[in-house]
Amino acid sequence: MKFPTRPVVLGLLALGFSALILSRAQAGGGHYYPPVADSVVKEECGSCHLAFPPSMLPASSWKRMMGELDNHFGDDASVDPEVARKITAYLVANAGDTGGQRYGGKLLRGVDPATAPQRITTLPKWVREHREVQDWEWRHKDVRSKANCTACHADAELGYYED
Amino acid sequence: MKLRLALSCIALSSYSLLTSAGPLEQQLAAYATEAKTANPAFAGFSAARGEQLYITRFGLGKPDTPACTTCHGNDPRTSGETLTGKHIDPVALSVSPGRYADSAKVEKWFRRNCNEVLGRECTPLEKGDWLAFVGSR
Repeated sequence: MKFPTRPVVLGLLALGFSALILSRAQAGGGHYYPPVADSVVKEECGSCHLAFPPSMLPASSWKRMMGELDNHFGDDASVDPEVARKITAYLVANAGDTGGQRYGGKLLRGVDPATAPQRITTLPKWVREHREVQDWEWRHKDVRSKANCTACHADAELGYYED
Repeated sequence: MKLRLALSCIALSSYSLLTSAGPLEQQLAAYATEAKTANPAFAGFSAARGEQLYITRFGLGKPDTPACTTCHGNDPRTSGETLTGKHIDPVALSVSPGRYADSAKVEKWFRRNCNEVLGRECTPLEKGDWLAFVGSR
């Protein structure tokens, strides 16, 4: 009996291809940022805006932000010191240059952690990825703020930020 | 039959939750004490004054948020939305039972939101009136 070379090779190829697609889909093709998993962080950081994934900024950014919560982009977002400590620990541990490097590495390319950037929307890669979005789209009544990720990225709450 | 039994259990337990002196009642009592200290003529909170507080366009805090209604919406029984598109549960107690169960959380949001709308912290009288208003809706 002859070994069925062709079907086996074709089958393996198909399997390998779908595995590749699947792994890319799981990683969001570089557009996946694991959402906040900690309930305190989710509650405190997610009641006014989407609880942004910690991997989107370097640890230095989160430290600085957590130290200036009484003026959080113009808002008073202060929390009690014990809660602030817990949140900071979580954000720092999962930041884009620490535990979340696998996800945030690309977004933070070319970013000097020493500058501790505060706005995700000013990161070079963020700006590049959104360069085609028109002014009127940002001003649209369902968007209004660049921090309103879910207006366009329907699955942002789940960590997916594809087009 | 089982369903009816379960339903009546739920109804009974929620009824007892509503009637017992819960955290909201305790907080209102604390505000009342403070209001009385500030003004001996204090004669109780008013849902009508609370409503006035809710709908007035103060414009004394952040330009983005002149009134409570900016984010919470005109109808306290429907949900609101923050400027960044985040859903806010309705403020009316009748549709959001349990919304005011954590007094530290209530204080936290009074502090933040009064500063954003009024440019200052709210007085105990204002806080009590506001809670009386949402409690009546």
